[in-house]
Amino acid sequence: MSEHLPILIVVCPLAAALLVPLAARLSPRLARGIAIAAPAGALVCAVAALRVALDRGPWHYHLGGWAPPWGIEYVVDPLGGGMATLVALLALLVAIYAGPYLRARSAFRAAIFDSLFLLLTSGLLGITLTGDLFNLYVFLEISSLAAYALLASSGERAVVATFRYLLIGTIAASFYLLGLGYLYALTGTLNMGDLAIRLAEAGGGSAMTVGVVLIVVGLAIKMAVFPLHGWMPDAYTYAPPPVTMFIAAVMSKVSAYALLRVLFFVLPATGAVETALAVLSWVATGGVLAGSILALAQTDVRRMLVYSSVGQMGYVVLGLSLGNATALTGALLHVVGHAVAKGCLFGAVGSLPRQTMQAEIAGFAGASRRAPLTMAAFTVAALSLVGLPPTAGFFSKWYLLQGALEADAWFFAAVLLMSSLLSAVYFFRVIERIYFADDPGAADPGASRHRTKPSLRMLGPVITLGAAVLLIGILNGRLVTAVIRHALPEL
Amino acid sequence: MKSRFGSPLLDAAIRLLVPFMWLFATYVLIHGHDSPGGGFQAGVILAASIILLRLVRGRDRVSALTSHDALMLACIGPLLYGGIGFASLLFGGNFLDYGVLPLPMEPAEVRVIGTLGIEAGVMVGVAGVLVLIFDILAWVDNDTV
Repeated sequence: MSEHLPILIVVCPLAAALLVPLAARLSPRLARGIAIAAPAGALVCAVAALRVALDRGPWHYHLGGWAPPWGIEYVVDPLGGGMATLVALLALLVAIYAGPYLRARSAFRAAIFDSLFLLLTSGLLGITLTGDLFNLYVFLEISSLAAYALLASSGERAVVATFRYLLIGTIAASFYLLGLGYLYALTGTLNMGDLAIRLAEAGGGSAMTVGVVLIVVGLAIKMAVFPLHGWMPDAYTYAPPPVTMFIAAVMSKVSAYALLRVLFFVLPATGAVETALAVLSWVATGGVLAGSILALAQTDVRRMLVYSSVGQMGYVVLGLSLGNATALTGALLHVVGHAVAKGCLFGAVGSLPRQTMQAEIAGFAGASRRAPLTMAAFTVAALSLVGLPPTAGFFSKWYLLQGALEADAWFFAAVLLMSSLLSAVYFFRVIERIYFADDPGAADPGASRHRTKPSLRMLGPVITLGAAVLLIGILNGRLVTAVIRHALPEL
Repeated sequence: MKSRFGSPLLDAAIRLLVPFMWLFATYVLIHGHDSPGGGFQAGVILAASIILLRLVRGRDRVSALTSHDALMLACIGPLLYGGIGFASLLFGGNFLDYGVLPLPMEPAEVRVIGTLGIEAGVMVGVAGVLVLIFDILAWVDNDTV
């Protein structure tokens, strides 16, 4: 079976998504088991496939035995395989984390939740592995539709917020599809490798410019790049905690991956693409600053984290738009580091008892005494986003800064430092509350009875992610030389 | 739609109609290679017959296919599709390379049978999903789904 690893990564969660509602009729425990085993299986397959790809170069898998460019192919290269590993790892942790949340629901509702979650996972995994631009659109839709249903599954406010996301997200997907249509009209092919060759032959032209603009705008909306982030704060704030944890961690990263793939691996680096990158660099600069400033203005911790994501995605886009090897390394390292750290932060906030979760930053007063381990993980992840050594965030920002200096982009370098300062301010507001403020509940013996210890299944994933933030930081050199350097496009 | 909308006349009419709709769905499914049609269209016809039964006979007398059953169909159909994909893995082909399935036929015929199996999966899945959409839209108070 090992020669079929690329397809198993995607089909494992897809088949499980269909099995879970059937299994829930027999036994809810069996359904939960499948929902956890499937991402675990995908993770094992992804790691194995990534190792092969690192040893022997990109691994092409022809679906149905039809050779490209006629058939659809899946490609595991260090970039796609690495992203798939990241997605599968977070999916596994969130599947475990969702256990206590789902216990409050009926077996049937829990099964539907798990089924949608697995569909979302397989959609995201598909985006990372497919070698066909139309297939990428299909997976984009699979993951988005599942995400809409999941985000809307916690009450009325979530439904309204998600409906807005649905409208904007559909427009984004249509933009991508329309842009793809232009490229298809130019070349007559949808396979990424084939498209790269033919587009280089076809040269520029207005059709390609329109195609590039539509694809970049479509993916930028999906990534919630400032100023196209309007749908994100409400949609993420009102969603169920496990959903926000997963979606905030990986969904925008996968769109960023798609953008990187299209801009650097498919489209020729001339004319339209250069202009697009130049525009993106200014958009990203605006995003980095605006995200940090808006985060500073929030009083709800979850909203603050969402706006911080807007800023952090700005770093990734900035890395892409600088376009040199150092900056791209920084962008990819930041994708990994931010996915893990944001998952940890949202997981930590979501695992706190309901009273604290509803509360504003003030509600975090003395939280370190109520939930010491969760808050330690929260703090480590927050420090990573601020960019303090030895966490992952420091090293990715270091690469980005070096990349900016290599490109003589002094202004961007200044913006990077400036926004780190801003993120330090908004995160230390919370950290100060957690560790140095008095616990208002401590004096009141009645309140202490309501304290519930977070269950191990919620605590475990959060702490794992917190530890991963440190590990990625400490082992960043090995990560870069072993994987990320091979994942870079030829420049 | 709590009360029955139908009358003995309508009841008798759909008793006559539904079997023919099923026959036609099967025809559209099998003939999908050579003429317009295929799994999706066949599934729509199948779902239309079930929705017709629901419209005429009302909610209280839905016994043939409950919403839960429709959900199961919606899962089983794609699983049949994926199952054929997995089966071709077992016999040494790539995923969905169903030409390798060991059936006692010409290679081209094996492909046709494989395609038919996949289309049947599509039909079952589409029928289940459409009935489910009807149930959810028509019976908003229905808590079972």
